[in-house]
Amino acid sequence: MLAQQLVNGVLLGATYALFALGFTLMFGVLRVINLTYGFYFTAGAFLSLLLTARFGLSIALALPLAAIGAGVIAVVIDWALLTRLRRKQAPELASLMVTLGGVLALYSAMTAWLGPDIRRLPPGLISADAIVLWGLRVTAAQFLILGATSVLVAALLVLLRGTRLGLALRAMAERPDAAGLMGINTGRAAALVSFMSGTLAGAGGVLIGLNFNAIQPFMGESMMLRGFVVIIVGGLGDVRGALIAGLALGIIEVLTAGYVSSNLKEAVAFMILVAVLWTRPQGLFGRSVVRRA
Amino acid sequence: MTIPPWLDDFLWTYGNLINALGVNGLLALSMYVVLSVGQLSLGQAAFMGLGAYSSALMTLQLKLPFFVVLPASCLLPVAFALAIGIPTLRLSGVYLAIATIGLGEVLRAVYLNLDMVGGALGLNGIPEKAQTWMIFSLLIVAVAGLWLVARSRIGRAMEAMREDTTAAAVMGINVGRYQLGALVTSAVLAGIAGCLSAHQSSFIGPNEYGFEPAVTILSFALLGGIGTPIAPVIGAWILTLLPEMLRGFSDLRLVFNGLIIVGAVLFLPRGLIGWRMRRRGA
Repeated sequence: MLAQQLVNGVLLGATYALFALGFTLMFGVLRVINLTYGFYFTAGAFLSLLLTARFGLSIALALPLAAIGAGVIAVVIDWALLTRLRRKQAPELASLMVTLGGVLALYSAMTAWLGPDIRRLPPGLISADAIVLWGLRVTAAQFLILGATSVLVAALLVLLRGTRLGLALRAMAERPDAAGLMGINTGRAAALVSFMSGTLAGAGGVLIGLNFNAIQPFMGESMMLRGFVVIIVGGLGDVRGALIAGLALGIIEVLTAGYVSSNLKEAVAFMILVAVLWTRPQGLFGRSVVRRA
Repeated sequence: MTIPPWLDDFLWTYGNLINALGVNGLLALSMYVVLSVGQLSLGQAAFMGLGAYSSALMTLQLKLPFFVVLPASCLLPVAFALAIGIPTLRLSGVYLAIATIGLGEVLRAVYLNLDMVGGALGLNGIPEKAQTWMIFSLLIVAVAGLWLVARSRIGRAMEAMREDTTAAAVMGINVGRYQLGALVTSAVLAGIAGCLSAHQSSFIGPNEYGFEPAVTILSFALLGGIGTPIAPVIGAWILTLLPEMLRGFSDLRLVFNGLIIVGAVLFLPRGLIGWRMRRRGA
């Protein structure tokens, strides 16, 4: 029973980690808390619904296409909302407010257009059977989650750690103006980071939509709460921290729901957030925060 | 006191709208206080919800008189403001913003699942004890009080912090204390606004204090501007009256509020009412 809960927790946590990874990447490189991020999650889920229900694609095709679509949406929104502020080097709270206004407009426009109802993916999209391994049930959707998150996380780590592009992005995270002076095209790199983050969020949206089979415009907003918890507990901008904290949050949520009450999962997640802020604000795995003047 | 019949008709038709103007004015002020020290809290709706739920329970369960309930309604919001503000204000501004958005989401989930506060149905039959004159007297007191503060030495310190926190700290302003003071004041204002709105609409529900109202309250202050305390109130009034006049567009009201924030930050950083406080020697 406990082992089963742990398996479910790890798989849920994998999607949280995937989602938070894009969020923390965006903050790490672009220095913006981009609250439209949750919308890319919603967008990924709705695109997968459109591709499977309207065009009859299989999930193996719909998942990457929806994720890429969300990435493109992310680039457009980032360009529309943040280019001007980036040029003016506006304070970080100004960008936070713009993305907040933007995301409310996006969610509400989507609700006005499509309605607030919960939608479901076409039945039979993914096999409902579970495979039993050593007494543990793992559904096909969960296998897909495991496969897709592993591939995406590995690809991101290879890109950041092993390529010239990754070096350029890490240089931008360290010092954007110096990176620009060293010949890095910061505008193009910003667009690329938006695309990668949007793709991660979009993939997260498809996988969560598949796992719970409930797709609804504001789903990205409740996911953002998990995103906040994970990136603060893991340390803002810390990729490794986001992975570990995401997995841990998934396990904690499943255990809370299993052994205490499913009504308390959000409250527990938030209490962890506040406790970390009180005791280790740099995040569990972060170096101590240096305040820049 | 007798009320002339035309006024009675008017109040009967527009009473709720008039009260909403007062309550939203208080909420706009609660946003203004935080913005005016250069911080961003998105917990205004959450603080309001805490005030509304705690005051409704005090009235319904404990049967306390309204003159006790009203001031007591800010206790819970202040406790939450301290629990979140003390750790986050030591850090950069994004932490307070993130933690307060999270607070709103979490409290909504808590109200939905807690039987004591009615779950998804909310709380019904709260006696309508908040009179229009009370709401507006409190609004006037709040505007006047904040006006006096803004004109004083404290107001200058607040403005200095908003322009450049580091420089203000170097000048000897105790930045952390002002920021926490501002957050607590805003929690008091939002808690009282919550109590007043709960005791004039007789019903409160879990979805009234989530993400959308939090952003709407920010749009009040950004539309009006934060140069003086009267500006955010005017912003709130415009955004409260506008949907009444454009009823056909009620679906798009939130789209509009969101776009106002985008437009205000990008193109109108001082808000509609851009003039600033005039001070002696300034």
